[in-house]
Amino acid sequence: MQALTKKEPKPYANPYLAGVLLGVVLFTAFFLTGDGLGSSGGLNRVLVFLEDIFAADHINRTPYLITMAGGARNPLDNSFVWLGFGTLIGGFASGLIHGRVRLETNKGPRITNPTRWMMALAGGILMGYGSRFARGCTSGQGLSGASVLSVGSWAFLPAVFIGAYAFAYFLRRLWR
Amino acid sequence: MELFPAFPGPFPIEAMYGKIGLYLVAAIIGFGFGYVLEMAGFGNSKKLAAQFYLYDMTVLKVMFTAILVAMVLIFTAAGLGLVDYNRLFVNPTYLWPGVVGGLIMGVGFIIGGFCPGTSTVGVATLKVDAMFFVAGLFVGIFAFGETIDGILSDFWNSSYMGRFTLPELFGLPTGVVVLIIVAAAVLMFWGVEQVEAMMGGEKPNPAHFRYKLMGSGALIAAAAVVMLIGQPTSADKWERIAAEKQPMLDDRQVQIHPAELLDYIDNDQVDVVMLDVRDESDYNLFHIQDAQRVTQDELTALVKVLLEKPANTLFVVMSNDEENATEAWKVLVAESLNNIYILEGGINNWLAVYDIEPDEVSPIAVAMLPTLKPDPPQGDDFLRYDFPAALGEQHPAAAPDPHEFEIEYVPKVELQVKQVTGGG
Repeated sequence: MQALTKKEPKPYANPYLAGVLLGVVLFTAFFLTGDGLGSSGGLNRVLVFLEDIFAADHINRTPYLITMAGGARNPLDNSFVWLGFGTLIGGFASGLIHGRVRLETNKGPRITNPTRWMMALAGGILMGYGSRFARGCTSGQGLSGASVLSVGSWAFLPAVFIGAYAFAYFLRRLWR
Repeated sequence: MELFPAFPGPFPIEAMYGKIGLYLVAAIIGFGFGYVLEMAGFGNSKKLAAQFYLYDMTVLKVMFTAILVAMVLIFTAAGLGLVDYNRLFVNPTYLWPGVVGGLIMGVGFIIGGFCPGTSTVGVATLKVDAMFFVAGLFVGIFAFGETIDGILSDFWNSSYMGRFTLPELFGLPTGVVVLIIVAAAVLMFWGVEQVEAMMGGEKPNPAHFRYKLMGSGALIAAAAVVMLIGQPTSADKWERIAAEKQPMLDDRQVQIHPAELLDYIDNDQVDVVMLDVRDESDYNLFHIQDAQRVTQDELTALVKVLLEKPANTLFVVMSNDEENATEAWKVLVAESLNNIYILEGGINNWLAVYDIEPDEVSPIAVAMLPTLKPDPPQGDDFLRYDFPAALGEQHPAAAPDPHEFEIEYVPKVELQVKQVTGGG
């Protein structure tokens, strides 16, 4: 295994402790900026930024994309992009401190790495599509919306769990 | 420039420190987010997927603990006037698109093993499967952008309920809802731990029982405090900002001349929303075209609709004179509405200015002209004119042609663009 550090990975934090800290981060975000946390919005804008380099005309003809990058608008000119960048650095910092930055593939014991990668790609496609359909991902729509008591977010959260539980049995080979 | 802005939050970070400041704050918040996700083990897809095989429900525990803690902190702060709930971004409800999107995401979660936030920390810690997942995310987001302008967009925009919250849904005070959610979640945590033990996961550590009890107790106590302090009313909010805003009334910075209002009605760049707070009979006798009647009691409920209007919306409240309009103005300003003004001198003044010349209108309209009541009621805020019939906005003075009147006035409107917010 190619680990960045020689250290043994440390055990993960207690889930309730991590939850309390995450709640404090979420509150801080709302308190300071008025907005919660999010990931898919930032990713969307990074994607549109790339599209804008290669196909600016196309963006200027697509209403959904114009709002992010139409004309001279820069899709990276948005705080969710920078929040996502911070997430990357924060994840790396914790990984480094806890000895968990290592090139590896996590999967169930019964499948090969390439199978896992293809499944990750397929799941990512669904997740990406679904998160835009729901106007936010688990953090932007779920965590953030639920904590300010949005009805839509409280309907959305069970749907995510139901979707996953409905297929978990059939896909157990992937994970167990 | 002050280093610390006045409470309540959220703060106009961009106006204070510029874009760089805003993005720096966002990046620091993101750092905390990523750090905690990684700490919890969310860079590891196997740990995440375990949630759906019931032997390790870390995902549920972390998510719901975070929701509880953030919720209790937000509504405590709002109750104490430290944060303005009206200015927090509450994801607008599009019920069915949200549910369908959630179901698709759930399937993606169990196949791919991540969600967008967790895959970010997966990539940050060099997990190869996370890298493939993020590649998939880009493809999925791209596919959405390409397909949503077609037939799907009708469904995507359906069942829109705007800013709609659980306390409104259930008709319960916010504090009660918060307490119920906390109590239900604590029960859920207990149940989840029993299931984990049954499914061959870790049994709850008896040594941790004390801490769990203390933590649950603290959360329930905090929720009870939220319930006891309650959420501020419009009057409470006005009390807090009166010292800052009252001078605007006293210096007459927000009372706009009828001609200024008429110019904005005529201006295509600006949406004008006119709120007429007089009683129904006065409104029926005469009102300005497109003014909507609203009672003082309805105002607070109307605020959330008004808050969703575009940034280039000018709000003007009016009564017969100014007294009632000023009360309405206080409520709306206290509820964080921007760009709100009072019609100077009210409808009485409007009629005085636009009492259309008889020779400019038809003989029928002349018969409709109001006459000044010989003996108008004393005091403020009475309609000082008599109308032969209830003409409402059919009256010629309801929609005067701005180009026919050359009236000089002191412009007072300064449109402020509100901070753009949006979920991720």
